[in-house]
Amino acid sequence: MSDVGTTRALFDPAVLFKAAFLGIVAIFVLVPLLATLLGGFKSLGELRVNPFGLPQHWEWQNYADILFSGRYWQLLRNSLIISTLTVTLTLITASMAAFTFAHVRFYGSSMLLSYLTIGLLFPAATAVLPLFIRVRDLGLLDTYFGVALPQVAFSLAMSVLLLRRFFKDIPYELLEAALVDGCSYIKFFRYVTLPLSRPILATVGTITFVNSWNAYLLPLVMLNTDALYPWPLGIMVYQGEYSSEWHLILAFITLTILPTIILFLLAQKHIVAGLTAGAVKG
Amino acid sequence: MARRIAIASPIGVADGAVPQAAVRGPGWDGRFTVLILFLPPALLLFTLFVVLPIGEAAWYSGFNWNGFGRPTNWIGFDNYRFVLETRAFWLALRNNGLIIAVSLAIQLPLALTLALMLAERFRGAVALRMLFFMPYILAEIATGLIFSFVYDGDYGLVASIWRTFGAEPPHLLASTDTAMLAVLIVIVWKYFGFHMMLFIAALQSLDKSLIEAARIDGATRSQALRHVVIPLLYPTIRLSVFFAIIGSLQLFDLVMPLTRGGPADSSNTMVSFLYNNGISRMRVGYGSAIGVILFVICVTFAFTYKRWFMRDE
Repeated sequence: MSDVGTTRALFDPAVLFKAAFLGIVAIFVLVPLLATLLGGFKSLGELRVNPFGLPQHWEWQNYADILFSGRYWQLLRNSLIISTLTVTLTLITASMAAFTFAHVRFYGSSMLLSYLTIGLLFPAATAVLPLFIRVRDLGLLDTYFGVALPQVAFSLAMSVLLLRRFFKDIPYELLEAALVDGCSYIKFFRYVTLPLSRPILATVGTITFVNSWNAYLLPLVMLNTDALYPWPLGIMVYQGEYSSEWHLILAFITLTILPTIILFLLAQKHIVAGLTAGAVKG
Repeated sequence: MARRIAIASPIGVADGAVPQAAVRGPGWDGRFTVLILFLPPALLLFTLFVVLPIGEAAWYSGFNWNGFGRPTNWIGFDNYRFVLETRAFWLALRNNGLIIAVSLAIQLPLALTLALMLAERFRGAVALRMLFFMPYILAEIATGLIFSFVYDGDYGLVASIWRTFGAEPPHLLASTDTAMLAVLIVIVWKYFGFHMMLFIAALQSLDKSLIEAARIDGATRSQALRHVVIPLLYPTIRLSVFFAIIGSLQLFDLVMPLTRGGPADSSNTMVSFLYNNGISRMRVGYGSAIGVILFVICVTFAFTYKRWFMRDE
């Protein structure tokens, strides 16, 4: 759109249509979110007669009760532990593997890489029963690692591919020169590759974090103790307990998605790049 | 970033153009150490938690087994027969088909239209992009819960709209006729922003001179769009279709808070069917058979699609 003739453009039917279309979609996206946020400030009775508008009485109590309960913080803590474990282990194992695939030539390199990419082809759900039995036999059932390790394994394929593509852009001369000067591969990895690769590490870390933070199926299968539940499981339990006290459930939902939204606003560049990265270049 | 590094180096090295001397040159020992230290963690985790379970699923699917002790009751292909004889399985498959159809017929055109509008620079474009992308990063569980409120027959938004028109509010999620439709709307709400972002990224990397050339040659805006822009987007469209289909085959988290696959299995997806019939009842053999069927569908689809539609990418 050029800025020439703004006043005329205002009455241009194409522009009007565009504005109307964007407006409708924006309302479609926003209304459920706003109704959830505001619903948490209403009493149950008011919610029934006025689910859309601003609350007549702001019931801060709904939010306060949740914020001052240990339950909410425990759920977030569990989620944070599981996600941090997953991200850390993924970044370590994937970057080491990606470095090897990018810079070390050895027999079977491309074969092993294709082997890893099998992981892109199917969802964890297909193998979740044998996975449960394996985790049980390893004695990891009902532990944070029982959830984190399979999550790492399933995020490896994409992470290795993204990291390797980036590592390959680091000039080979640099490695060669370093090796001639007596630097080892491992030191090169630690002091050259990793510091140069912060953007892609951030991107991969963010995708892995968001996926793990939001995951439901694996924790559902692997955890039995309420005290270990991450928030997606905890919120389902909460909803089960307060079945139709929607004002409380809405407040709880708002508080649990708040960290995601804050993270999104802070790191939108990495999130958008990360979640569409695997996509754009295939 | 990648580009910055490439510029910093005097000589760009193309993929695989490793000087022969370097391969034999310094540090064969070093390479060996790297291989021994750096590869095993990833390969081990991947083998243990991704590859072996799939193989085991195939093995377990031959047994009638509740998961305790060792599997002993071999029943051959009976589990597959049981799955294929279940009406709910075909319903789930149909629902996955519906999801794909809606993704292609509604979500994709919507995402493309929005991308074409928002790829241009104007005040608010970036904010709208972010707004439309936001549902995608919300957890599916949270999204499902939000919409189970929206659809709630007593307190929900839909009910309130119905009441202003003096009609008796429907319980959309509790009826076999409307439950799947309600789920489909949530799917569009949640995922169109992702596809829009794919298209925006593609549009921004398009060669603008091609469009300008077409315009100079007398093409109208819509002609340039139809004959230049859209064809240039074909790779991204194929990719978006690929994600829509793979995503539909994995869909589970969203369904659970909304309907749990009900009522009467009318809104099950393949994975929620697997969960309800295999996992929650610990019918390991039966559940593994469903898993193997899903695996075969995913892999066959991925390979044929790549071969037919994405050969050059």
